[in-house]
Amino acid sequence: MIKKMNHPAWFFTPYVLLFVLFIVIPVLMAIGLSFTYFNTIETPEYVGLRNYIELITRDEVFMQYVLPNTIKFAFIVGPVGYFLSFLLAWILAQIPHKPRTVFAIILYSPSMTAGIAMAVLWRVIFSGDRSGYINAMLLDWGYIQEPIQFLTSPDYLMNIMIIVSLWSSMGVGFLAMLAGILGIDQSLYEAAYVDGLKNRWQEIFYITIPSMKPQMLFGAVMAVVGTFSVGAIGVQLSGNNPTPQYAGQLMVNHIEDFGFIRYLMGYASAVSVILLIIIYAISKGTFSILGEKE
Amino acid sequence: MSKFSGMKINPKKFHRSQLKFYFFLVPMAAFFGLPILYIFSHAFKPSNELYAFPPRFFVRRPTPENFTDLITFAENGGVPFSRYLFNSIVVSVVGVILSILVTSLAAYGLSKLHFRGKKLLFEINTLALMFVPIAVTIPRYITIARLGLIDSYMVLILPLIAMPVGLFLVKQFIDQTPNELIESAKIDGASEMEIFIKVIIPVIMPALATVAILSFQLLWNDPIGPNLFIDDEAMKTLPFYFQTLAMNAGAPGGAGGNTVAGQGMLAAASMIMFVPSLIMFIFLQSKVINTMAHSGIN
Repeated sequence: MIKKMNHPAWFFTPYVLLFVLFIVIPVLMAIGLSFTYFNTIETPEYVGLRNYIELITRDEVFMQYVLPNTIKFAFIVGPVGYFLSFLLAWILAQIPHKPRTVFAIILYSPSMTAGIAMAVLWRVIFSGDRSGYINAMLLDWGYIQEPIQFLTSPDYLMNIMIIVSLWSSMGVGFLAMLAGILGIDQSLYEAAYVDGLKNRWQEIFYITIPSMKPQMLFGAVMAVVGTFSVGAIGVQLSGNNPTPQYAGQLMVNHIEDFGFIRYLMGYASAVSVILLIIIYAISKGTFSILGEKE
Repeated sequence: MSKFSGMKINPKKFHRSQLKFYFFLVPMAAFFGLPILYIFSHAFKPSNELYAFPPRFFVRRPTPENFTDLITFAENGGVPFSRYLFNSIVVSVVGVILSILVTSLAAYGLSKLHFRGKKLLFEINTLALMFVPIAVTIPRYITIARLGLIDSYMVLILPLIAMPVGLFLVKQFIDQTPNELIESAKIDGASEMEIFIKVIIPVIMPALATVAILSFQLLWNDPIGPNLFIDDEAMKTLPFYFQTLAMNAGAPGGAGGNTVAGQGMLAAASMIMFVPSLIMFIFLQSKVINTMAHSGIN
């Protein structure tokens, strides 16, 4: 049997089938449902652009909290995480193999903590009573008199979400960049210095980044996707959806709130579509910025 | 002046000039590593240390109490802990194997075979790198319900098998294998499938290890599947059990209050969730880095 398997269909059918079922169809369905009113019980009713119009003009929570939060969160975590991945990879490439491996494992391991492990860990560290680490330290140093309710206070929640997300952002993209730098031919640098390269900044911009551009692009996509996938983090940290005074509410939480708490699936789908469009636009934007550096 | 003073990639041994890197790396490693260390320390703390003031970083009298509590608590809830663990292991192991198989087959097709729509398929997959599954949870649920997959092990596995990142990485890796290898096998009369099994699989082990790690993390940590697609309590997996536990025992505003025992169990639970991924990565990290060298988007 195996001796006769030559047709390409043997190879790509299983993947394409699953890909279509669980990625393509859901995305198309989200687009379709976003033009309907659908409460999961009755059949979806076509309402045209109403969901989108309501989202933009009537949904105060979305315009006042969810969208600004998402933008703030994404525009800090994405670029800072990306820059940090590059910087750490660049440094790691310049130390010997053994310590590099140890450091790489330490830096990568937070990205493996998901859901419960991540939430529990940070809840203990930022716990609102004096047994919480940060509170105990601040009390001990005399900065504060009373423990701060970090995770339920709207003033702190967003910043903590950003710290935690940065902490877990040295993932696949970071490893790709590390591998990219390690793969650069050393003689390129030597030749460039002979040709008049003056300092390390020039070296980074004229040699390092152009030589590993494919990995830089891959890292960028991973950074964008990673940033938008950790949406549940505010809910996990505070233990509530919606988060206290919507301080940590991101688009993913808004989708869940409308889809699974209020059963307004059509409306939730419209939010999903907007989210997918934002991710796509940001990725493309990043590509064109990085692409210009050639 | 012509003396080379720039970047030295992958130096063989320590040199004084590397000190500046360590000055930066050590505090960074503390920020990234200490919380991880804390997961381990916290999981073994007896109850009086969990709420000690001032809190201590390291456990003083380690005890397996939290782990035994976790097991008893599950029994009281009607489903033995071993059941959740068994479900999680089955789902993860079967899922990883399927994912490796499905991904590598497609990657070989995309890399070395010729068929119509191949370029389009690769482009759609690259576009899907940007796909965020959590955004389409609702239509996924509807699709799964229509397929009649609710309450089956398959529903915990199938939606996570087709991983665009996995296909992308393996395809880029196979691109590096020389065509001569394949051509000479063809001259010997091998079919494409035989070439795939006997020639390609052995040389793409690093890429497969990477897919294994990525898909294991997805499957082992997935809270959505057991939450939404499974009603039968006896078929749910560890992330579901731990999430329920967190809601009852650990959340600041949670219904069950902030019990000491709850905190201990949660610490143990986090460790159980984290350790398998960590061990896998430690063993396979050199293969992962090797794969990533070919990860570029052109």
